Amino acid sequence: MEDKEITQEIISVSSAPHIRGEDSTQRIMFSVVIALIPALLGSVYFFGTRALWLTFLAVITAVATEWVIQKLRKVEVTVSDGSAIVTGILLAFNLPGGVPWWLPVIGSFFAIAIGKQAFGGLGFNPMNPALLGRAFLLASWPVHMTTGWTAPLYGTKSGISTVTEATPLAALKDAIKYLNVEDKAQQSAETIAAIKGSYGNLLWGKVGGCIGETSVIFILIGALYLLYKGYINYRIPLSYIGTVALFTWIFGGVEGYFSGDPVFHVLAGGLILGAFFMATDMVTSPSSIKGQWVFGIGCGVITVIIRLVGGYPEGVSYSILLMNLTTPLLDRYLKHKPFGS
Amino acid sequence: MLTALKRSFKGGVHPPENKKYTESKAIEEIPLPEKVIIPLQQHIGKPSKAIVEKGAEVKAGDPISEAGGFVSVPCHASISGTVKSIEPHIHPLGEKIPSVIIESNGEDQISDNITFNSDYMSLSGEEMKNLIYGAGIAGMGGATFPTHVKLSPPPEKKINTVILNGAECEPYLTSDHRLMLENTEEIIEGFRIIMKILDVKRGIIGIENNKPDSIKKMEDISAKFPEISVVSLNVKYPQGAEKQLIYALTKRKVPAGKLPMEVGCIVQNVGTAKAVYDAVAYKRPLIDRIVTVAGCVTYQKNLKVRIGTPLQHLIDYCGGFEGSPKKIIMGGPMMGLALHSLDTPVIKGTSGILMLRDDQVSAVKTTACLNCGKCVEICPMNLMPNIIAGFAKYERWDDAKDAFALDCIECGCCSYICPAKITLVQNIKYAKFKIMEDSK
Repeated sequence: MEDKEITQEIISVSSAPHIRGEDSTQRIMFSVVIALIPALLGSVYFFGTRALWLTFLAVITAVATEWVIQKLRKVEVTVSDGSAIVTGILLAFNLPGGVPWWLPVIGSFFAIAIGKQAFGGLGFNPMNPALLGRAFLLASWPVHMTTGWTAPLYGTKSGISTVTEATPLAALKDAIKYLNVEDKAQQSAETIAAIKGSYGNLLWGKVGGCIGETSVIFILIGALYLLYKGYINYRIPLSYIGTVALFTWIFGGVEGYFSGDPVFHVLAGGLILGAFFMATDMVTSPSSIKGQWVFGIGCGVITVIIRLVGGYPEGVSYSILLMNLTTPLLDRYLKHKPFGS
Repeated sequence: MLTALKRSFKGGVHPPENKKYTESKAIEEIPLPEKVIIPLQQHIGKPSKAIVEKGAEVKAGDPISEAGGFVSVPCHASISGTVKSIEPHIHPLGEKIPSVIIESNGEDQISDNITFNSDYMSLSGEEMKNLIYGAGIAGMGGATFPTHVKLSPPPEKKINTVILNGAECEPYLTSDHRLMLENTEEIIEGFRIIMKILDVKRGIIGIENNKPDSIKKMEDISAKFPEISVVSLNVKYPQGAEKQLIYALTKRKVPAGKLPMEVGCIVQNVGTAKAVYDAVAYKRPLIDRIVTVAGCVTYQKNLKVRIGTPLQHLIDYCGGFEGSPKKIIMGGPMMGLALHSLDTPVIKGTSGILMLRDDQVSAVKTTACLNCGKCVEICPMNLMPNIIAGFAKYERWDDAKDAFALDCIECGCCSYICPAKITLVQNIKYAKFKIMEDSK
């Protein structure tokens, strides 16, 4: 045969397409890091440099844990993809400002070691590692995790001047609980009334809470960046937040149905951070379009149930963790029908 | 005219167009090669059967093989000379295929069969179809489905719209663009012949709006035929895919697993229309085509090339390589075939030859699927490539089939967009192959 076969060193033969887009896992993860910076700056403004310190510890631990485990597993070290940094930041963002320094360290370690690497690393974890880390801390050190709140700069923990020792959602929950208890009824009714006036503080972030979750404005700046880049889409945040608004409006009030305060419920707690940065975690949310709507609605329903009838004032992290587990099923049973069917 | 309307389909991607290198390069006729290699199969369907022997003298346009069945077309000598051998030779698909090798006598004698018939429009549809069949025409957009078969829909399928595909959505390629500019009359005439064969009164020519000169020229020339309209399409890959094109132009959705005739449409490529005109008006078989040569060659060009011309001849004519190519691609970068031999011949479906350097064909490292859903969002067929490719990875062919693997049009958008650089479409193609194999 006289084929002028070109040697392998020069020519590569592979299946189409021969060109690829510019996005990569690394680029996506570092874009998420960039998108979290406004919220980080907000947390430092409201809760001081301690917020930065906790975040730093969480990130360092996350990256180091990933590196060590991948070395031990004798697999390729992928800390440069940036996903451990994202997990570290998000874990720290889900901690109260007053927790001891070792809490983010243990939380991050658990998030990466058990939440991510134990399942095989990025892409194989069934649940959001940062939220799993937070859930672990909440179960193991409940006192630190539920009383470690610090007041924001120039503000109160609840966002209203009359209540100083509870975060907004806890303040509301307590007020509703004690509304019919004689000696507290008056004060509770006042609290409920005052909460209406706290929207500005909630939007700006001048309330108590986990360090990265309080400032709606700063979180939204980062979220808009990710939406613009196409690294998250509107479906999960919209359906999640919409569901929370709808059901808290219907069931969240003290004067019967449709007397709740959806604006308060949307702005308070970790909903905005969770809806834009954690429920949208690619690995643990559905890729099916219908699945994404169902996922968001599911997160919303569980969040509302926990907030209104559960034992905790806040339900964002558990709702996302629970819905994470439904992701493979949603992708399977809500799979797409081909064009033209 | 409908050009004011911007039309498109759901999904798709925007790879860099890279058409600037050749879009202004007028078509040049490349000098005859010393030999041509004419594979007996250049179309989808049964291979054709050789009807010449070693040593036979042939002229350009003489038939050298006959169709191997209804879904098959004959092949023709593309130069004059002597049949040197009939032997398996490397084919663009990568395998060796029985091919007729003709050595040129340097005289370029043209077959006596080729004669002009000025009254071609008064031929009957059946006569026209026979000429098309005899000319060995197979879809020149790249799919190479025998054209006479496409023009013979079963009588129960009522065709009411013929679409001429001038989208040319693959990056780099400008051969259809140049053809539409330089052979406009022939294309329009070919289109009218196709419309006559199908007895259809509505013809739409779809062209991506990155070719405003082609759109203008096609509009001008077709203006005297009210049944033909030219429509400008949004630039988006794969705008030229049959089902996506039909949707963009008519808003009709071809049912999954069915052919365009299901919604009364038939799509033909502009190059095919030109070949149809040559066949019906001149009895001229398909022996040459326009090929874009782009990438790392000294001169990037649009060439009129005889079928069977070895790649090396094109590269030599374009001044040789400039730098060293990492990949040599027949067709566009999204769906084209990577070649490994410069002895590979140009065939009826060869729209371009791309020589791409290392930095142009990004060598990529695959990471784990993030389930980001990008592929799902952009799939023009609304499939879930991540899921199908995942099943393929674990050889779960039945599950892949249930996830509609067979509806994949293999456009490659999913692999293009994937941030983890997973070879999605390759895995899906393999799944399709396995599913078909299992069903046999």
